[in-house]
Amino acid sequence: MVDISTNLCGLQLSNPVIPASGTFGFGEEFKNFYDLNILGSISIKGTTKEPRFGNETPRIAECTSGMLNSVGLQNPGVDAVISDKLPKMKEFYNKQVIANISGFSFEEFEYSCEKIDKADNVGIIEVNISCPNVHGGGMSFGTNAESAAEVTKRVKKVTTKPVFIKLTPNVTNISEIAKACEEAGADGLSLINTLLGLRVDLKTKKPVLANKKGGFSGSAVLPVALRCVYEVYEAVKIPIMGMGGVSTADDVIEMMLCGASAVQIGAANLVNPYACKEIIENLPHAMKKYGINSLKEIIGGAH
Amino acid sequence: MHKIISNKNIAKDVFEMKLSGDTSKITAPGQFINIKLDGFYLRRPISVCDYNSDTITIIYKTVGKGTEYMSDLKSGTELDVLCGLGNGFDTSKSGDKPLLIGGGVGVPPMYNLAKKLISENKKPAAVLGFNTADDIFYEKEFMDLGIEVKISTADGSAHNKGFVTDIFPEDYTYFYTCGPIPMLKAVCDKTKTSGQLSFEERMGCGFGACMGCTCKTKYGDKRICKDGPVLLKEEIIW
Ligand SMILES: Cc1cc2nc3c(=O)[nH]c(=O)nc-3n(C[C@H](O)[C@H](O)[C@H](O)COP(=O)(O)OP(=O)(O)OC[C@H]3O[C@@H](n4cnc5c(N)ncnc54)[C@H](O)[C@@H]3O)c2cc1C
Ligand SMILES: Cc1cc2nc3c(=O)[nH]c(=O)nc-3n(C[C@H](O)[C@H](O)[C@H](O)COP(=O)(O)O)c2cc1C
Ligand code: FES
Repeated sequence: MVDISTNLCGLQLSNPVIPASGTFGFGEEFKNFYDLNILGSISIKGTTKEPRFGNETPRIAECTSGMLNSVGLQNPGVDAVISDKLPKMKEFYNKQVIANISGFSFEEFEYSCEKIDKADNVGIIEVNISCPNVHGGGMSFGTNAESAAEVTKRVKKVTTKPVFIKLTPNVTNISEIAKACEEAGADGLSLINTLLGLRVDLKTKKPVLANKKGGFSGSAVLPVALRCVYEVYEAVKIPIMGMGGVSTADDVIEMMLCGASAVQIGAANLVNPYACKEIIENLPHAMKKYGINSLKEIIGGAH
Repeated sequence: MHKIISNKNIAKDVFEMKLSGDTSKITAPGQFINIKLDGFYLRRPISVCDYNSDTITIIYKTVGKGTEYMSDLKSGTELDVLCGLGNGFDTSKSGDKPLLIGGGVGVPPMYNLAKKLISENKKPAAVLGFNTADDIFYEKEFMDLGIEVKISTADGSAHNKGFVTDIFPEDYTYFYTCGPIPMLKAVCDKTKTSGQLSFEERMGCGFGACMGCTCKTKYGDKRICKDGPVLLKEEIIW
């Protein structure tokens, strides 16, 4: 028997596979496809202080081996997430979830973090300082070491739960931002968020997305994500949740070898609702194929 | 997996594909399926035109690389398809004489809807609009249902010259429609009864997870793929 378990800051995971924020909603749409309790954890849709409609449509554009999205953090707001979505998740998911929060000011991050800290099925708080979709919003926090550190400090003050800061790859030096977050007290890091992209509709000769720019993710970004995780692993000591383009068990192993303690699956869930289930089922086979007995033992093995 | 049993050209740039496989997830006319194509990252949403216990019929127009790829697929090819997506049309509201209005590749979902209404002992009438004679498909199939069928072409090359809204019957109890946005808008302006309209939007997942397809309605924000594609006339914000 191979050991596929892992852990994040004391939270034991039966396996490293976690659906990524924004690609799994609050689990409701997937619970009819398979029993979600097989998942290591679930990162919920990015939650903000106020309810948000998000950007105008079209919000989705196809790319070679990937997609752009400019959803713009559509969510019902932190109060509804706490009173409605998180309790509902308990009906079909009996493990701790990862609460992904975002904000447009330091105060908003604090507000959402303090509130969501009280939800008893939240095991980790993941702070999205990198969403590229919102004008003057998320982007600016994550592209600057000082503001990234400031968000980290602020949210750490209002929660006792482990805080993972989610980094954007749209920076010159991701290790520098990672280190700033670690020094400011982050318990872990999640990376990568989407890469900023754009596509033009050749029929209308205008950008496909109403928002023009959107976040690029899916299989195509795997090498970028692996490089980021590899670099950040060498720069910090705190655990990493690796993501970006992961869609097979082999990708999970590659991500862990680069330094991820757990792995999130994003866009792959959208094109194949069974993606996480299939990856979990294939992990033991893939491990055998590469002579791996325990996933925990290979974390950072590529260094 | 679903297997292609036939895939044939039925009008200019329009193809009819029959797939065999599980259809148990389809619960209402107007729902759609989402098709994975080799070499394309996102699935392609296409309305169910008709179905029975083991076959699904879809009709699609080649408008880009994905649908062109589909048109080359041979019988026997297996496709990964998600079925029974979306809310579909609610036939309980139709009254005795519902009017079905289809424009171009908005015609297909009207076919199974007509069958369902007939099975409920109602007397639907169909008004189908195309641009030109070469675009017309399923005329005979609709006639064979034994219902009143009227066809318009924008250029007058066949049947009535003009738009669907020019050939509405005198009285009808309700309406159902699918087609290009300008047509849907014109239909809403012209119809005096309530009705249901099917919309399109670019989709990430097609089953409600990504919030890629949300639109605002008078009854709140709705995902076209999950809370739609069918919306009520009353709730639409144009
Ligand atoms: C609920 C629903 C039902 C549909 N039913 C039918 C049908 O019965 N028959 C039919 O011919 N067409 C139908 N369409 C439109 C069909 O999905 C598009 O024509 C098709 O996706 C185009 O793919 P492509 O690769 O050829 O075009 P490309 O332009 O190359 O596609 C690029 C991307 O844009 C998306 N896209 C392009 N046009 C549309 C569109 N109109 N709606 C949604 N996404 C689009 C594609 O899915 C793809 O992700 C339906 C769309 C929706 C949302
Ligand atoms: C449709 C969509 C919505 C997303 N929404 C969020 C979000 O709300 N919060 C967040 O931190 N990341 C969000 N992301 C980013 C993903 O969580 C993930 O970091 C990224 O997509 C890379 O992984 P992937 O290549 O596996 O998709 C979203 C991604 C997609 C595709
Ligand atoms: S396409 Fe993903 S929610 Fe509608």
